[in-house]
Amino acid sequence: MTDIRAYERTAPQEAGFGDYFALLKPRVMSLVVFTALVGLIVAPTPVHPVVALASILFIAIGGGASGALNMWWDADIDRLMRRTQKRPIPSGRVTEGEAFAIGITLSVMAVVMLFLAANAVAAGLLAFTIFFYVCVYTMWLKRSTPQNIVIGGAAGALPPMIGWAVATGGVSVESVLMFALTFAWTPPHFWALALFVKTDYADAKVPMLTVTHGRDATRRQIFAYTLALAVVSLALGFTSIGGPAYMGVAVVLNALFITGAWGILKRSDADSEADKHAAERKFFKLSLAYLFGHFGALLVETTLAHWGLGGW
Amino acid sequence: MATTIKAEHELHRRRFSRNVGLGVVLILFVGLVYGLTIAKVGTDPNDALGIPGTEASQ
Repeated sequence: MTDIRAYERTAPQEAGFGDYFALLKPRVMSLVVFTALVGLIVAPTPVHPVVALASILFIAIGGGASGALNMWWDADIDRLMRRTQKRPIPSGRVTEGEAFAIGITLSVMAVVMLFLAANAVAAGLLAFTIFFYVCVYTMWLKRSTPQNIVIGGAAGALPPMIGWAVATGGVSVESVLMFALTFAWTPPHFWALALFVKTDYADAKVPMLTVTHGRDATRRQIFAYTLALAVVSLALGFTSIGGPAYMGVAVVLNALFITGAWGILKRSDADSEADKHAAERKFFKLSLAYLFGHFGALLVETTLAHWGLGGW
Repeated sequence: MATTIKAEHELHRRRFSRNVGLGVVLILFVGLVYGLTIAKVGTDPNDALGIPGTEASQ
């Protein structure tokens, strides 16, 4: 009996299906699916439902595959940060080699299948997204510059452009502005997170802005990007996919977001420590509502247009 | 023999979940490619396989 128990405790952990699925970062994938779907639906060209479903699935798989490659490369620092210690590789359920194999295989499959299901432009943008996230952000910028979040955010901002390209086969001002919205949203979103999980990034020696330039500088940067974000958000409202409903939502969300960023700017670190970063946590939650609210409003605008309402 | 060795170890359960999961994914993938083929061939005969459509379809 003793022998058997000893075996149970020391046996290597074997991955279940869920562990491999966790490599694909399902929570990030939900953002990719949602924004790509909105990009596809608000485009002026109709898409066959099966083609739309397949395309969104392959975009999601491509995004998930880049997440697996990110976990493969970052396994060493994931072991150091509390937030990432339970991921499949640091916890010992999946080996680094397995993560790499899954990431590469799914990346190639997703790009080829998106090319077959949709078109070369969409497939090319997906391939660029994977390359940018894995090679430019994960391998290069993340550990070398505090601007990692800003430039790396481009990868997370591309899905609505890919969705738009699936429908139209091209790129336009609307899709570029949808990209710009997510791109400008990413820094305040992640820097707010960095303000209340500060020790983790420092332990892993990731040059997060809070570590390299200090927390006050981070507060100023959050406010500056929030203002830039408002400009992009309102500009999108004046394009063919915008309208009064979108504008209403955008004005309200930007007012809340700028107010939140102003509150963060005016706080000292002592204030922040005193209430356990309540304002920063609230701003982080608001940032999620901000992005989903904007893309949701674009969907509403398109739906209204089918009934002769919506749009300018 | 008060204690017995369980035939189904935790390890087996994990392997089983992996096999079932992969099986389901493969079946769904085949179904998706089939649906995609039908959608492509059905909607645009000129584009689907590079074969020009018949007079009726045009």
